Amino acid sequence: MSFNVHAVRENFPILSMKVHDHPLIYLDNAATTQKPRSVIESLGTYYSAHNANIHRGVHELSQKATAAHEEARAKVCRFIGAASEREIIFVRGTTEAINLVAQSYGRNNIGPDDEIIISEMEHHSNIVPWQILCEQTRAHLRVIPVTDSGELKIDEYKRLLGKRTKLVAITHVSNALGTINPIEEIISAAHAQGVPVLIDGAQAVAHLKVDVRALDCDFYAFSGHKLFGPTGIGVLYGKESFLKQMPPYQSGGDMIRSVSFSGTTYNELPFKFEAGTPDIAGAIGLGAAIDFIEGVGLEAIGKYEQELLNAATEKLSRVNGLTILGTATHKAAVVSFVIKGIHPHDIGTILDRHGIAIRTGHHCAQPLMERLGVPATARASFAFYNTAEEVDVLVDGLAKAQEVFGYE
Amino acid sequence: MSDLKELYQEVIIDHSRKPRNFKTLGAGSRSAEGFNPLCGDKVTIYIDVVEGQIVDLSFQGSGCAISMASASLMTDALKGKSIEHAHVIFDQFHQLVTGAQSETSHEASRDKILGKLTALGGVSEFPMRVKCATLAWHTLRNALGNDQSTAVTE
Repeated sequence: MSFNVHAVRENFPILSMKVHDHPLIYLDNAATTQKPRSVIESLGTYYSAHNANIHRGVHELSQKATAAHEEARAKVCRFIGAASEREIIFVRGTTEAINLVAQSYGRNNIGPDDEIIISEMEHHSNIVPWQILCEQTRAHLRVIPVTDSGELKIDEYKRLLGKRTKLVAITHVSNALGTINPIEEIISAAHAQGVPVLIDGAQAVAHLKVDVRALDCDFYAFSGHKLFGPTGIGVLYGKESFLKQMPPYQSGGDMIRSVSFSGTTYNELPFKFEAGTPDIAGAIGLGAAIDFIEGVGLEAIGKYEQELLNAATEKLSRVNGLTILGTATHKAAVVSFVIKGIHPHDIGTILDRHGIAIRTGHHCAQPLMERLGVPATARASFAFYNTAEEVDVLVDGLAKAQEVFGYE
Repeated sequence: MSDLKELYQEVIIDHSRKPRNFKTLGAGSRSAEGFNPLCGDKVTIYIDVVEGQIVDLSFQGSGCAISMASASLMTDALKGKSIEHAHVIFDQFHQLVTGAQSETSHEASRDKILGKLTALGGVSEFPMRVKCATLAWHTLRNALGNDQSTAVTE
């Protein structure tokens, strides 16, 4: 492997810690990623040298803080290939981004008997905001089914697309299974009918090169903390043509141009959607994370993670009684599995005592679990700082779990 | 590693793999459902009470070894007991798995009250698993109180 994973790991302080007297093996990257030193330090630097409120002060610190905040926006804009910084709205995370679109775009463009298409593999955060919108507007949800291997049934999707369809909201990469969906095809099929598309990119941006203009998606949502950045900051990308006609989602300071009791005018994009003092440090931290990722290179990251995925898939398949759920042709480095006779939670507890962090449960995707016929799975999700040796330790840990339960 | 052995004692593994009283009860019995939304553990408790005595007790459901073993051991332990005594055992059991210090009872007398249930004592070292161990018990409490809502531990 030409990719120097050990050099990469040096940048992540947490990766050298011990958990239950074992070296930490962090395989829960789909839940949140660890932070490189540069991100951690950017927060400290901001608070110790630049802290001030933004967009209003005439003083030096406020100007510095404003410049740093807007520089982070410019980095996000370049990172995802947006046409303009006006299209980059800072939010708390993917969940808030989706809620913003549901409540601001949805409530004003979707009505009784209209239809919204989502899929069976969505995270709850790309299901519930649409259910609430449907209750408010008496619209209906239509759900694209998935195959046994965990891929969207695209033919079914095309059948669901119709005159009543007003929006398609689909995940780029499945958090529970790792499936990479053919969103180009999904977007172009929707656009052929004049239907806008929102992509939930929470699981994609840290692993794939995303170019929103090449994709031609209308909205793209993601979280900073799954991209090696801080928690509490995320991004909604929206095409300017949509954002312009959408009303504010929340209201208060910063999103206004002028306020009087006879009427209020709103600020220009993107500030119209950023009411209140934002997570300034978080945005700056996200900018630092993007710098770090671009330094390593998403192409190299993607290639290395595919090698990890292949190794993990092959080695885990050889574990007695283990079944991998999600065997799509195109996958991100996520391996969801069950082991005969051992509940995922017991696997998780036993691995944890060996320093291995995985996620067990329904992964906030209960409809998908129901479709797959399991109450829960164990999920190992990788990032570019994981190693082939860690896959071996995981496999050993599973053997120990089987020992505890009297299986060999 | 030793606390793993403490958690997954033989009796726990045995009861999780071969749960006792794993069945429904006939008409006339009360039942209640429990659900742990975090991990998807589900349990239904069936209970026959005659004049304040638990005449029969059973369960069905699916979940991790801790939740299944706890339900199985509970049905064994409480069958034939008075409801009043069942509540005493519940309180002692709750203290055991949460690692709470009891002012009113010494460890020795607690162990005597709990009998085989002490096998679940290892749970106290695993705070994330307390909800697994107590799901069946909260559900039982609902069944005894004729509470139709689903018991939830989180």
